[in-house]
Amino acid sequence: MLLIYCPYCEEERSELEFRHGGDAHIARPTNMADISDEEFQEFFFLRDNPKGLIFERWRHIHGCGRFFNAARDTVSDKFYMSYKAGEPKPDIPGVTTATEKTVETYEATEGTAK
Amino acid sequence: MADQALRKAPLAGRHGGSSGARVTPADPATRLALRAGPDAIGTLSLAFGLELPQRPKTSASVSGRHALWLGPDEWLLIDENGADLMGIASGVSALHSATDVSHRNTAILVSGPDAAAAIAAACPLDLGKSVFPVGAAARTVLGKIEIVLLRTGEEDYRVECWRSFSSYAFGMLVEGAEDAGL
Ligand SMILES: [Zn+2]
Repeated sequence: MLLIYCPYCEEERSELEFRHGGDAHIARPTNMADISDEEFQEFFFLRDNPKGLIFERWRHIHGCGRFFNAARDTVSDKFYMSYKAGEPKPDIPGVTTATEKTVETYEATEGTAK
Repeated sequence: MADQALRKAPLAGRHGGSSGARVTPADPATRLALRAGPDAIGTLSLAFGLELPQRPKTSASVSGRHALWLGPDEWLLIDENGADLMGIASGVSALHSATDVSHRNTAILVSGPDAAAAIAAACPLDLGKSVFPVGAAARTVLGKIEIVLLRTGEEDYRVECWRSFSSYAFGMLVEGAEDAGL
């Protein structure tokens, strides 16, 4: 069973009590009415889906009910740490954020295979 | 036509368990889902006559009335004597939210040397003495449903669940009690 540390309950609890809430640190545009459809699409729909380190929102829905953020590896499922909502994105020592250049993208591997 | 509507207890007449863990429906109680910020905790504690707990997984109990910490600004209040908790809350002017959930929930009592094992059959919470001592409380899951668990004694637990799920919860706990005795 995967154990997830809830920063509000201050202990590890079973994954069964949690719900995933998508990418963390997505800044909502302050000028929502003025931005173009493309900009809105970028903010609202498009996510990086990195292979490796990702920062995500989680909710301890069957526990304290709180949303919080966690740093997780999308390959190993290892949780590096979790922290309260509103706190800045932390540095994870020795781990670099995955980027388009460090992961196998469709474009890089299959894109040209006709 | 019936003269009056009768309120039917969701688990009326049910009993079960094993020699190591009795599973019994709890008596009716009044309940409150209480939300409040830190400013209102003192006033609310005075009004309800017990200190609203502010640490995770803790509760406070005074003569049949319990306040269970569910989240940083959320409590479940239970009064086994049926006191008018809504009446008390309505007399508090400090900003808070109180919802009467007396009949949304029902409770199942699990008691005996195998009580923890019976619950653990379907609940992932660590019920060890050091992390879940007498008085500890938490919202968690039991099989496919959400419950609130309160440890009322060394071998006694109160399982609060939604009324419509109570048949499932009761069956699950009875199975757990039987398995624990094997
Ligand atoms: Zn929590």
